[in-house]
Amino acid sequence: MKIPTNFRIVRVPCTGRVDVIHILRAFEKGADGVYVVGCMEGDCHYNEGNFRARKRVEQAAIILDKIGVGGERVKMFNLSAGDGPLFAQYSIEMDTKIKELGPSPIRLAKQNKKDAA
Amino acid sequence: MIIAEKKPIEEIIDEVKDFSRILILGCNECVTVCEAGGKKEVEILASALRMYFINKNDEKVIDERTLERQCDHEYLEELRSSIDDYDAIVSLACGVGVQFAAEKYLTTPLIPGVNTVCLGANEDRGLWTERCQACGSCVLARTGGICPVSRCAKRVLNGPCGGSTNGKCEISKDVDCAWQLILDRLKALDKMDDYEKIAPIKDWSTDRAGGPRTVTREDVKI
Repeated sequence: MKIPTNFRIVRVPCTGRVDVIHILRAFEKGADGVYVVGCMEGDCHYNEGNFRARKRVEQAAIILDKIGVGGERVKMFNLSAGDGPLFAQYSIEMDTKIKELGPSPIRLAKQNKKDAA
Repeated sequence: MIIAEKKPIEEIIDEVKDFSRILILGCNECVTVCEAGGKKEVEILASALRMYFINKNDEKVIDERTLERQCDHEYLEELRSSIDDYDAIVSLACGVGVQFAAEKYLTTPLIPGVNTVCLGANEDRGLWTERCQACGSCVLARTGGICPVSRCAKRVLNGPCGGSTNGKCEISKDVDCAWQLILDRLKALDKMDDYEKIAPIKDWSTDRAGGPRTVTREDVKI
């Protein structure tokens, strides 16, 4: 199974390291979507890291909805570290969804400003 | 600590929409601990506002700064040299910080970014509950360390009242009867004799009823 090549992987020691600001910054810099991939719930090496991440993804989604970017552009997935095919499947799922949604309005607004300059 | 809650972002957007250079100002004290107005919340709010206004084709300068405290001159003074760079400040400090900043920088509009709720404790992850109303004359020594002023809906000083049922208050089944808690604790301390003593009429002049309060300490004044 091939993985889409249009996304960047940001590695973190645990998804518990991911904060709302990291997700927002990605959008501010022009990302069309962000997905956070954590270990299976209940399997976190730090016990609660992936639960914290899920809450933060939810918080980011609420903010993105309120500022007109769209909360559906951010999503949390869980899988086992050894499950490469499922990682590929989730990547394709997210890629398809973001393509359906189209470019982020922030990226478009920035592009328009650049073009006008 | 002082407990605060983030204001809805829509409310903040509405307050700042007419300004073009805005500083989001956090506080490193209580509001950091209760996750309402520390450095992290400053970053999140600033990023969200920048994106909102870019999206509206109304790009603004939205900067971030977090002071050690906003309730002390020395830290607020740190803003002095850059205050004229901004048309407005959104302060994520408690009401004290917002007001102190407003008093110091007379010509810069100060907008509160949080609602200040109460003096409370971090009872559990994501749960902050009131413990003190700053009444100005503490009765905790007589009440087993549990405050009837902040935790009893009626502020009864010789309780419980008739609304106490199965340890809960009549205002809600989720609210503990403060006097039940006091009784339980006095029993545990083997101080039930104290419970029998009638509390004298409390001096409420030290509470808000006496107007804004001040503490003057001649021994530390310079």
